[in-house]
Amino acid sequence: MKQLLRYGALIGLLLASLARAELTIEITQGVDKPTPIAVAPFGWQQPQAMPEDIASIVEADLHRSGLFEPMARQNMLSFPSTAGEVYFRDWRQGGQEYLLIGNIEPQAGDRYLISFELFDVLKEQRLIGETLSGNRRQLRRMAHTIADKVYEKLTGIPGAFSTQIVYVTAQRFSKDNYRYQLQLADADGANPRQILDSREPILSPSWSRDGKKLAYVSFETGRPAIYIQNLATGAREKVTGFRGLNGAPSWSPDGRTLALTLSKDGNPEIYTLDIATRKLTRITKHYGIDTEPTWSADGRSIIFTSNRGGQPQIYQKELATGWIERLSFDGDYNAKAHLTQDGRHLVMVHRERGVFNIAVQDLKTGRLDVLSQTSLDESPSIAPNGSMVIYATKQAGKEVLSVVSLDGQVKYKLPSKQGNVREPSWSPYLQ
Amino acid sequence: MRVGNFTKAVAVAATVAWMAGCSTTDTTSDSGEMMDKGSQQQDSASSSGTGSDGQMHSGHMADKMGKDAIADLQTVFYFDFDKAVVRPVGFEDLSAHAKYLADNPNARVVLEGHADERGTREYNIALGERRAKAVSRFLTVQGAASEQIEVVSYGEERPAVTGSNEAAWSKNRRVELKYGR
Repeated sequence: MKQLLRYGALIGLLLASLARAELTIEITQGVDKPTPIAVAPFGWQQPQAMPEDIASIVEADLHRSGLFEPMARQNMLSFPSTAGEVYFRDWRQGGQEYLLIGNIEPQAGDRYLISFELFDVLKEQRLIGETLSGNRRQLRRMAHTIADKVYEKLTGIPGAFSTQIVYVTAQRFSKDNYRYQLQLADADGANPRQILDSREPILSPSWSRDGKKLAYVSFETGRPAIYIQNLATGAREKVTGFRGLNGAPSWSPDGRTLALTLSKDGNPEIYTLDIATRKLTRITKHYGIDTEPTWSADGRSIIFTSNRGGQPQIYQKELATGWIERLSFDGDYNAKAHLTQDGRHLVMVHRERGVFNIAVQDLKTGRLDVLSQTSLDESPSIAPNGSMVIYATKQAGKEVLSVVSLDGQVKYKLPSKQGNVREPSWSPYLQ
Repeated sequence: MRVGNFTKAVAVAATVAWMAGCSTTDTTSDSGEMMDKGSQQQDSASSSGTGSDGQMHSGHMADKMGKDAIADLQTVFYFDFDKAVVRPVGFEDLSAHAKYLADNPNARVVLEGHADERGTREYNIALGERRAKAVSRFLTVQGAASEQIEVVSYGEERPAVTGSNEAAWSKNRRVELKYGR
């Protein structure tokens, strides 16, 4: 009976959390042999319902990475919440390689203590044993942190489940009657909240490297301008509003400079803006289109799109020497590129035979791989751990967000209940 | 009259193309395209039009053009994919718009540049601006004052037609002329 009650509570919670999310997750492809892992429901010894089903959040995160195949709960013979309750033989017979267990304990002042342990089922070894504490609002975040730790322990790569994404939703009611909203949500689409609401286009959100601010383009005055908004306070300021284009802001790794596109001097050119002093420095000087600047991880060079060769291709400019080099050569349209953190790979929008996809180019070998098989793909943004790329695509006439791993093996979609979703940008690691 | 207008437009197009070739505000590909189209048109029109430009021009000056003069003109001009070259088919109406602006120094026009949904949004905003600027150059070369013209690019943000096919895309790669009061 107690078990039954717990199940009812769990299902209720699950439905509640799904209803809260505007974006849902639809996993379309994972690796060939994902690692089997069991995430047992976390223990909860209180009469009232469990405030959040931590285990199912962790499980969904690991599943979404495509690298793990979590065990279905109904196949579990027991729900251990302490090491003493674990019978390794049962889990081995269930085909599991790893087991995560945990327990939630309420504390004074709406706070909770979560303990969790990860076991290697075959070696019968404990790999992680830790506790986390936080308030009720932080429970989901704590679950993502647990998933991050498990992921890092088992893959050697830091997890990015406790990060966030921003994106733009657009609804068209009639000609010239639109609603655009800049939204912030957890990386799994949960907890969406609105950053900006406008009848005019919003685009190109870019995170500051500390994850505290966003720069974006808004047409709210009828003309494009670049704004910086503090996420905690909501305070915002217009940083450029020149005649012509004000676009494509991109925060430098040291957080002090924005690279952006202005056409005030005639053509779309790249500039850097010192945020504190508002000093502008012109970076490109060419009669073609230069736009979509992004930074190398060391902040020493800027990657940008230019049609100086006749078609849009990716170029890199070293800021100290002024040296400009063309990076992309395959295909007749390459744009909006980002370098991976290690500087080895270039992720970009790539057109081949008339189809726009997300591609990754290995800068060492020159090899280019097309990652997505959707169409009209755009706006790629890389997760801070370099494992995944989120991008915008079109599905049955509707704009949706999609995610693909950098090796192309793992894919999932984030379909929205209403309107078009576009312009995703993945946050850095958040404190 | 019609022929004369067209001839003049062709002459202007050739001038624009020449300017584009020298100016630092155009791409080599754009100006190359413009040269091609301009010279093709000039070839076909040269038999009837060469030499009559000056006369037609002064003839026009005698007209008094009011708001009615632009009422029937096309206000949307279309472009090829990833191109910012004004198509010759629009020359005649654009010339009439230019004349209206020249005759009415207080008139103001906003040129809205647009792109189809293919490709990246920021690149498309830049492309939309180039299209609007190509139209702006056409108008100013023909006598409109640059202070009368404002350029705003929406890129792919405001499609005229929804849909992901060439029929929709071709209607979305455009510049719209919108007159102020």
